[in-house]
Amino acid sequence: MKRMIRAALILTFLISSAALSEALKIEITQGVSSAQPIAVVPFLNTQSTSALPVDIAQIISDDLVRSGRFKSLSRFDMLNKPSSAEQVNFRNWQALGQDNLVIGKVIDNANGQLTVQFQLFDVYKGEQLTGFSIPANRSDLRAVAHRISDLIYEKLTGQKGAFSTRMAYVTSMQDLNGQHEYKIQVADADGFGAKTIVTSSEPIMSPTWSPAGDKISYVSFEQRRSSIYTQTLKTGAREKLRSFKGINGAPSWSPDGTQLALTLSKDGSADIYIYNVITRSFRRLTTSYAIDTEPDWSPDGRQIVFTSDRGGKPQIYRVSVNGGQAARVTYEGSYNARARHSPDGKNIAMVHRVNGQYRIATLELKTGFISILTDGKLDESPSYAPNGSMILYSTNDGLKSILAAVSSDGKVRQKLRLQGGEVREPAWSPFK
Amino acid sequence: MKMYKNLLTGLLLSTALAGCSMFGGDEQSSEGAMSGMHDGAQTSGMMDGNKYTGHPLDNPASPLATKIIYFAFDSSAVEPQYEAVIAAHGAYLAANSGVSVIVEGHADERGTREYNVALSERRANTVQNLLSLQGASANQTEAVALGEEKPVAVGHDESSWSLNRRVELIYPAH
Repeated sequence: MKRMIRAALILTFLISSAALSEALKIEITQGVSSAQPIAVVPFLNTQSTSALPVDIAQIISDDLVRSGRFKSLSRFDMLNKPSSAEQVNFRNWQALGQDNLVIGKVIDNANGQLTVQFQLFDVYKGEQLTGFSIPANRSDLRAVAHRISDLIYEKLTGQKGAFSTRMAYVTSMQDLNGQHEYKIQVADADGFGAKTIVTSSEPIMSPTWSPAGDKISYVSFEQRRSSIYTQTLKTGAREKLRSFKGINGAPSWSPDGTQLALTLSKDGSADIYIYNVITRSFRRLTTSYAIDTEPDWSPDGRQIVFTSDRGGKPQIYRVSVNGGQAARVTYEGSYNARARHSPDGKNIAMVHRVNGQYRIATLELKTGFISILTDGKLDESPSYAPNGSMILYSTNDGLKSILAAVSSDGKVRQKLRLQGGEVREPAWSPFK
Repeated sequence: MKMYKNLLTGLLLSTALAGCSMFGGDEQSSEGAMSGMHDGAQTSGMMDGNKYTGHPLDNPASPLATKIIYFAFDSSAVEPQYEAVIAAHGAYLAANSGVSVIVEGHADERGTREYNVALSERRANTVQNLLSLQGASANQTEAVALGEEKPVAVGHDESSWSLNRRVELIYPAH
């Protein structure tokens, strides 16, 4: 394992045959040389009667590797497979070049409840870094595995893990009769367990999460014209926002969940409006004759960045949520659009055109410094992980639109493939 | 021949009725969905000697037969070859106050999706304004912006993109 791991790891998921056509396959196309070696030993199943429905250690290992910050020891290279601290011989793991070791077991409490225990060790110091006992049901072992990944990741990197989060995205398929089917799906951050939340024969676009992660707002053309809907994930119930002549688009939730920024063109050209969820009233924020669209709230709730071509070409501007003069943010390049704030509010990710190619770039708001992170031709829709570590986006693999992810430093890259259709507009959920 | 004329009258009447309910007010009703617009009946021109007797919107010799206007990259300016087409549709609407048209704007896939919705609306608005210059009234036309969401060509090069940067004139009752 040196320099870069290219097309090295393909993580496929154990899925039911029914869900096969909708599973996302994640492929790491570029890793980092500094990835920390870690061994995740298969968890001991103390239930004598039945096998566990998921391989917890494999899920943890896959999560950690996918972050690009870790490389995981193959099970075939393990000299033994300890499940308790007394069984660990640290010199064995040192000899295998491992920095850290994870062991664990699943205990059957006889009342149908399980307890998942795990310990994380520093192999060189020979000491435990963290360890937890987590109560679980058979049906939520996958979620427990992601929580363990979060705990390990945070302990070893100092950054909160985002393995227990989800992503929403739009799919588009065409059948043999030319009929289109558009969907929004929600899947775990590792691509597992995709569920369709809305299906339409007319386009659906711009899915965006409420800050509590319980709702998704989106734009649907199901009535031939655009309308914004907000759908509660648990129940599937949805509410149509009052819609107007012209564009009803680009919804973006305020961090406190009381307002939606959106684009309307009812008063002429596309402008940014603020919809108050409680009073159900609309307030116009921008008034230019140009196109103003794609609003995004700053994490402190005070500013909104948006795309405008008031200067002739689409560029990013910033305005106070109370209105007033908008300030131009981007100057480099002739096309900068659809900005999204990083969770710490220090950067924006956006679509940036270079030599006719559309790429994902970040811009440091304080300095205006731009870093181009991707190398596609038609990259769009950047969405930050809630811990800021990665940016999901859509790219074109030469034939169709697929999802991809890049670490916010540009060093780690992944592709997420969905069989049989176009996938686009990924939106990473907030922490729960 | 007479029978056909009756049929045509009926057609125009239904157009007028559809026109009444279609573009009322600022706010759209949630029941306003119109279905079957793309797979509606397609009439074909019947030449009777040298005289065209089909629906005027289908007359291959008339600029009215052209219902798609193409645009240059990142532009909402109507190119000269389409001026006569739009003028003919505007005059047709002015002469048939019961007829309404959806002016549907589209963009190619380059650039961001919501910006493309706005760009496609600008194209639709340009055409809509030219129609009203010919006397089409405001309640006869509605601009709808679909951005890059409904491409007619799915390739990733200029040959596809040039077909997707378009405004379609859709007569719902036709």
